[in-house]
Amino acid sequence: MLDAKIPAGKLDEKWEDYKGHCKLVNPANKRRLEIIIVGTGLAGASAAASLGELGYKVKAFCYQDSPRRAHSIAAQGGINAAKNYQNDGDSVFRLFYDTIKGGDYRAREANVHRLAEVSGSIIDQCVAQGVPFAREYGGLLSNRSFGGTQVQRTFYAAGQTGQQLLIGAYQALERQVALGNVRMYNRHEMLELVVSDGKAKGIICRNLINGELERHSGHAVLLCTGGYGNVFYLSTNAMGCNVTAAWKAHKKGAYFANPCFTQIHPTCIPVSGDHQSKLTLMSESLRNDGRIWVPKKQNDTRKPNEIPEEERDYYLERRYPAFGNLVPRDVASRAAKERCDAGYGVGTSRQAVYLDYADAILRYGQIEAGKRDLTTADTNAFIQMGKEVVREKYGNLFDMYEKITGENPYELPMRIYPAVHYTMGGLWVDYELQTTVPGLYCLGEANFSDHGANRLGASALMQGLADGYFVIPYTIGNYLADEIANKAMPIDHPAFADAEATVENRINKLKSINGKQSVESFHKRLGKIMWDKCGMARNAEGLLQAIREIQQLRDEFWSDVRIPGDINEMNSELDKAGRVADFIELGELMCHDALTRNESCGGHFREEFQTPEGEALRDDQDYMYVAAWEYKNLSEWGLHKEELKYDVVKPSQRSYK
Amino acid sequence: MEHYNMDLTLKIWRQKNRQSKGGFRTYEVKNISSEMSFLEMIDVLNEQLIMEGKEDPIAFDHDCREGICGMCSMYINGKPHGPWKATTVCQLHMRAFKNGETITVEPWRANSFPVVKDLVTDRSAFDRIIQAGGYISVNTGNAVDGNSVAVDKEKSDKAFYAAACIACGACVAACKNSSAMLFVSAKVSHLGLLPQGAPERQTRVVSMVAQMDKEGFGSCTNIQACEAACPKEISITNIARLNGEYLSAGLTMENKLTT
Amino acid sequence: MTWKQMFTSSVGKKFVMALTGIFLISFLVVHVGLNACIWANDNGKMFNVAAHFMGTTILVRIMEIGLFLGIIVHLVQGYILNLQNQKRRSVGYAVEYGNRGSKWYSRSMGLLGTLLLLFLIMHIWHFWTPSRFGGMWSVQPLSEVTYPGTQIEYHNLYAEMLTVFQNPIIVILYVIGCISLAYHLMHGFESSFRTVGVHNNRYLTLIRYTGRGFSIIVSLAFAMMPVSMYLGWVK
Repeated sequence: MLDAKIPAGKLDEKWEDYKGHCKLVNPANKRRLEIIIVGTGLAGASAAASLGELGYKVKAFCYQDSPRRAHSIAAQGGINAAKNYQNDGDSVFRLFYDTIKGGDYRAREANVHRLAEVSGSIIDQCVAQGVPFAREYGGLLSNRSFGGTQVQRTFYAAGQTGQQLLIGAYQALERQVALGNVRMYNRHEMLELVVSDGKAKGIICRNLINGELERHSGHAVLLCTGGYGNVFYLSTNAMGCNVTAAWKAHKKGAYFANPCFTQIHPTCIPVSGDHQSKLTLMSESLRNDGRIWVPKKQNDTRKPNEIPEEERDYYLERRYPAFGNLVPRDVASRAAKERCDAGYGVGTSRQAVYLDYADAILRYGQIEAGKRDLTTADTNAFIQMGKEVVREKYGNLFDMYEKITGENPYELPMRIYPAVHYTMGGLWVDYELQTTVPGLYCLGEANFSDHGANRLGASALMQGLADGYFVIPYTIGNYLADEIANKAMPIDHPAFADAEATVENRINKLKSINGKQSVESFHKRLGKIMWDKCGMARNAEGLLQAIREIQQLRDEFWSDVRIPGDINEMNSELDKAGRVADFIELGELMCHDALTRNESCGGHFREEFQTPEGEALRDDQDYMYVAAWEYKNLSEWGLHKEELKYDVVKPSQRSYK
Repeated sequence: MEHYNMDLTLKIWRQKNRQSKGGFRTYEVKNISSEMSFLEMIDVLNEQLIMEGKEDPIAFDHDCREGICGMCSMYINGKPHGPWKATTVCQLHMRAFKNGETITVEPWRANSFPVVKDLVTDRSAFDRIIQAGGYISVNTGNAVDGNSVAVDKEKSDKAFYAAACIACGACVAACKNSSAMLFVSAKVSHLGLLPQGAPERQTRVVSMVAQMDKEGFGSCTNIQACEAACPKEISITNIARLNGEYLSAGLTMENKLTT
Repeated sequence: MTWKQMFTSSVGKKFVMALTGIFLISFLVVHVGLNACIWANDNGKMFNVAAHFMGTTILVRIMEIGLFLGIIVHLVQGYILNLQNQKRRSVGYAVEYGNRGSKWYSRSMGLLGTLLLLFLIMHIWHFWTPSRFGGMWSVQPLSEVTYPGTQIEYHNLYAEMLTVFQNPIIVILYVIGCISLAYHLMHGFESSFRTVGVHNNRYLTLIRYTGRGFSIIVSLAFAMMPVSMYLGWVK
């Protein structure tokens, strides 16, 4: 059993109590302690800025050309906080409760409660940094509801919340760079963790411009490297998002928790062909007004406008009358897949459903006509006015859809399909965000901690910033207080030399294969295996087959991959090859994890475990634990369980009917 | 929208590294679907080059591929980010082109954005300009309640539109003077319009302009090419606002800044 | 911040351009108003009297020095900026952005300014040097004229104009000069206000249309002067 080091005491006093008793490092000593931060998204940038402000010597690394490009920037919808500015009954407890329930009772109570506690401070901090959140005419902050919660607690900046929050954190980070507290390494990728005496002591990274390997030493290493959704090849992640840093840490002793918990987002623009390189998300807020349907007839090839009302199946409204089109992400995604698999899909690929705004346009048009006292207006006039209202609310999303598909969503229903979006799993961390390797921490999406088996909308940004701004500055001191006597490990230490040699050998090996297939083709094949057999719905037989296929793919990769160019230059194929090699290994672990978890919960749906109505069937008796996997050897992992104790919340079956 | 396939001729700038000279190479791609994005078309070409094994694939910057990270940067047929308005390269789709067309692809050109390889440039100058003052100096934990200061909605909205900048550098690429004023002014406006940013308004604008000059960007002559090229449609009114802030600092600020 | 910093930064250099530009624009208002007196059709009396006032009033003479300084600073700074800006891009584009992103005249302020400078040299040679230095390098000696009711001898600049504008080539050169001026102002008027920081959209709109109107009306008025004389509309 794994010990998460959760403080004793009442749930709502644990964090206060922890802060009151954790060890502190005095300012003079902070100057002598070096912290390495890998990744500069919300978690990494906020951590780098906050730790720099405290006086630690920070080195931050990102693979992009600037820390501001991290994929946190793409989050659209918003960030939750239990501010209760709307007087609608929100509270820290309610945010905590919703998050635990949304996560299908597979998250750790103490962590989630802490997240809810600091959520308000995040908003305050961001406002102070100049994040231009949406405001009401009175000048105060605006909120909207999001992702099926019953209160309005989501703060937002149009459809660019992630961008604005990241830029806030980025600016705080750059300020620390200017003050000399943080050194920034752009276009650097971490390729190995250096461990000595059982503690994380540094990293080996590759300068992506000239290919040189560099050794960096520190008293602690923070991985803030985001999620691993790109294991599916097609996802809403950025092209460069990868698991490599986390995977190297995993191979050096950090346990990987709940890898099979992946979130499939229901409203993405569908795949248009084999050339597709990535998927684009349309904000979940579209489901607030749009209606989702498929034809009642199988393989119906008529255009959507030619299908009369009575021949349309509004399947979400039919199956879930209480929540209708607003059911949580996992439920909506599975329902879309079910319809398409049964032959009701639309579009040329048949892998899409309609998201229809015709009703909303008419409804808004009528309201608008009422406001303007135009009682004699006809339907066309309503539609015209309604389009204006919809443009006001969702214009940027509609434009984006039109740009990508070439179709006008004001005239035709949009085609949507679920796509991989977020990974709840990640490196296992304790209450202090420390992994099983002392001195190695993991923050943000890269860790597993707060979202259980399914993340609620607008909670990812909250978690990233909570970890970076308000958790790690306290918890890291508890470790570093005992490190003040130790100098940073010199980079000529044998542990560094060994780690660098490992990296060098691997790169040389990859390059020397000189086979016939491109890295991209392997990645695509891996993605297909994962999507078909470890995607929205899984079963034991498929998972076993997937494991075999992945092992074969791995062997093929290591004997037939072709990497052009040289090692000592900018070589994106080489970068990609390293990442895909790690994804292949991760994919196998994900299948193992999914196979071991004989229940359905949140984003993990095992076809063998469902209710007669086709809903997820959880097994709290046997699976109320975090599965933390220890790397032993290639294709060999040991399972460690962290039992989840619910002291405050009573787990129950989620129902949205 | 009818989909179609096309054959294209691509003239692409190739340059091994910062020091080498570089030049155009011509490539043919066939059966490109009108549904592809421009970068997916480059992916096709790269796969082709890898399989042929004669030339290295083309290096280009890209990441999110949904028009928000600001990484992608190609100067296509004489326009930053290609022919579509308010669109980054990754969102530019191939239906913008016709069968048989020749497309010329160049990197951003400005001495302050040196070419690193092929179409990849070094835009770290932008980071250094932000370091010079593109922030509000507030340490974590110092903040008061988010609603303790009401912000004029009109100003807040303007700040938001300025903050939409993704720092892709298209403004510099488009400007005949290689000026970074649209980028700098977007940040100066974003922070200067908000009450939180008011205490540092003067030092911010002066320091950021000084750093911009140090990086070797040209000066603005208000020709507005930047605005037309900006994928986020940042308005050049921001530049006028920066000028005003600079003037007021120039006339009243007593503190001598050393940069 | 020091004054030096303020005027030598990239933004500061633009202030200098804008301020001298606005100053020169204000001069144009005076100049065009005064010259419009030729259309009084009084054989140049009103015009000559007005020109005399300008030439003999001490304050105006002092401002004249300012004017020349303004022109020199504007053009020297303009050339320096142009040169510096060109050097910011050592490797150019194979395909230019061209008119899709901006107006040709906005990008050609240096060229238009150069045309204006050439025009100005000719213009000064035609009218300013004769009136100030008694025809040292002038086209022909300046005649004097007196009007009933006063004893003052006025330079007959009007007659000078009539003479100069008998040459069709010169008339064409003047018209070209005025077209250059129109386009130079078309960009310069609005741009100078932007450079000194006008960013309120209501005022910017006002300035934009005023600027366009000003550029066209003033330049047209100037151009019509030689044309009127050449075609004999005024005598």
